[in-house]
Amino acid sequence: MRKPDIRELKIIANTIRQDIIRMLVLAGSGHAGGSLGMTDIFTVLYFKILKHIPEQPNNPYRDRLILSNGHICPVQYATLARAGYFPLVKLKSLRKINSQLQGHPHRGSLPGIETSSGPLGQGISQAVGMALAAKMNKQNHHIFCISSDGEHNEGQLWEALMTAHKYQLGNLINIVDYNGIQIDGYTKDIMPLLSLRKKYEAFGWEVLETNGHDIKNIIKTLEKAKTIKRPVAIIAHTILGKGVSFMENKYSWHGLAPNKEEAAKALKELQHGK
Amino acid sequence: MVSNIKQQKNNWRSTRDGFGEAMLELGKKNKEVVVVSADLAESTRVQPFAKKYHERFIEVGVAEQNMLGVATGLALEGKIPFATSFGVFSPGRNWDQLRVSICYSRANVKIIASHTGLSVGPDGASHQALEDIAITRCLPNLVVLAPADFNETKMATLAAAKHQGPVYLRFARQASPIFTVTKQTFIIGRAKILIPGKDITIIGIGPLLYEAILAARELAKKGIRAEIINSSSIKPLDAKTILASVKKTGRAITLEDHQIHGGLGSAVAELLSQSLPRPLKIMGVSDQFGQSGQAEELWEKHQLTHPYIIQHALKLLKK
Repeated sequence: MRKPDIRELKIIANTIRQDIIRMLVLAGSGHAGGSLGMTDIFTVLYFKILKHIPEQPNNPYRDRLILSNGHICPVQYATLARAGYFPLVKLKSLRKINSQLQGHPHRGSLPGIETSSGPLGQGISQAVGMALAAKMNKQNHHIFCISSDGEHNEGQLWEALMTAHKYQLGNLINIVDYNGIQIDGYTKDIMPLLSLRKKYEAFGWEVLETNGHDIKNIIKTLEKAKTIKRPVAIIAHTILGKGVSFMENKYSWHGLAPNKEEAAKALKELQHGK
Repeated sequence: MVSNIKQQKNNWRSTRDGFGEAMLELGKKNKEVVVVSADLAESTRVQPFAKKYHERFIEVGVAEQNMLGVATGLALEGKIPFATSFGVFSPGRNWDQLRVSICYSRANVKIIASHTGLSVGPDGASHQALEDIAITRCLPNLVVLAPADFNETKMATLAAAKHQGPVYLRFARQASPIFTVTKQTFIIGRAKILIPGKDITIIGIGPLLYEAILAARELAKKGIRAEIINSSSIKPLDAKTILASVKKTGRAITLEDHQIHGGLGSAVAELLSQSLPRPLKIMGVSDQFGQSGQAEELWEKHQLTHPYIIQHALKLLKK
């Protein structure tokens, strides 16, 4: 199948952002900010970078994608549906009783979800385990982990970074959603990260950076990361709530879903932005 | 069935040694078996495995939270990881990782805890895992095992490897009597009657069970026949065997090197109170921390040795 070009990827990302707004307003709760902020990266991953066959979610040759900051799962659910993992209509069931689309991802409940997440810091360790297994099995796929800047408050994450360096896991790429915001406020106020680049470098990782909304640059950075023979962190500079003016960079939208009026306004903006 | 091995101290072996031997056997038998260590390979007896199968040995350093995450990732890719540490650290320090990464995903990880119970001895309270059963027994999808001696720990380890799904396996540091026989296969969910009896049921776990055997021998001299049950499978609990025994005897004692809250005694109390209410004495550590000392001294101080079992048995028999 032909892979979409940059113009087409932008259209897909816009559609996914609309999906997210529609899902969250129906659910009545959920995390809008981070989901919208990571939409461009998820779009590039599933429509351009990942080696995967949506009809075969357990294919052993697939690249693995671990969502460690599980609260932004609406963007993953919408992207999986748009990529063909399951029917779009399921998106309406987000956070409802007996739904496959749990409030935080649950392995086994939905095709394409590799792990269960929610408590921060746990995904990267599991990604390290998967990367080690791939090495032992002499498999060639990559393990992509998505984590957030606020998540770097968790000690477990740094434990995992040390292990990844020790075992020189060149098949592991950690994409950091760096929007400067966490649930209670700005990361610089809650817990300053100082130079994330220097920290990663001190932990023996290669560091790349990208604007998290520049499709062309995201592709270039991810492709470069795949060629590096040691663990790579991609610091993705993102805007929380990207694409919806009244949500952008407002930490109150970290854990919030829009009401009907806000959703209508957001959709109008997004449709206009198309 | 109790083996006839003469209980000379020089014949004793630790449950952790039983685990170590089983791991060597598993390393040879199953190429998917891997060991994850948090800087306690020697103490948890996985060093021989590490030497022989170094390509399947992952050392993550003193990082128990990460250890369980790494083990989960390995398990989700088809490996059978044994994540090894002391009970106070794992599951003591990494319960959230156990709950969400492993149990919620039903990842095929074996969580291995050595140095459980007061019997850790001189290291003192910080290193004596007395709450581990309580915090594992409540987790969905998790099997909880506490074998009694060297032989049974070996068998339980092999059974854990065969079981598809997460297993928590607790054992101890110190050398202890060997009283189970290797011919009996270890079946998860099955208790074993070590000594048949009709007057009182004594249900125990771990090396402390030997005190129950000693108590039964003393009680027999008084004409009282105690039925001794090894409930090494704490979850699933063998309700059938326990209920049949208590139906016959009408009273029960539970015995464990663990807090009385949330452990084996609680599991038996949950069962009996709902299916067959009968007088029950729960013997364990009574809402306290341990301290330094020899294993036997600590068991004595916490009134877990056979003279105390006999006292409680006689009291229950008057009811």
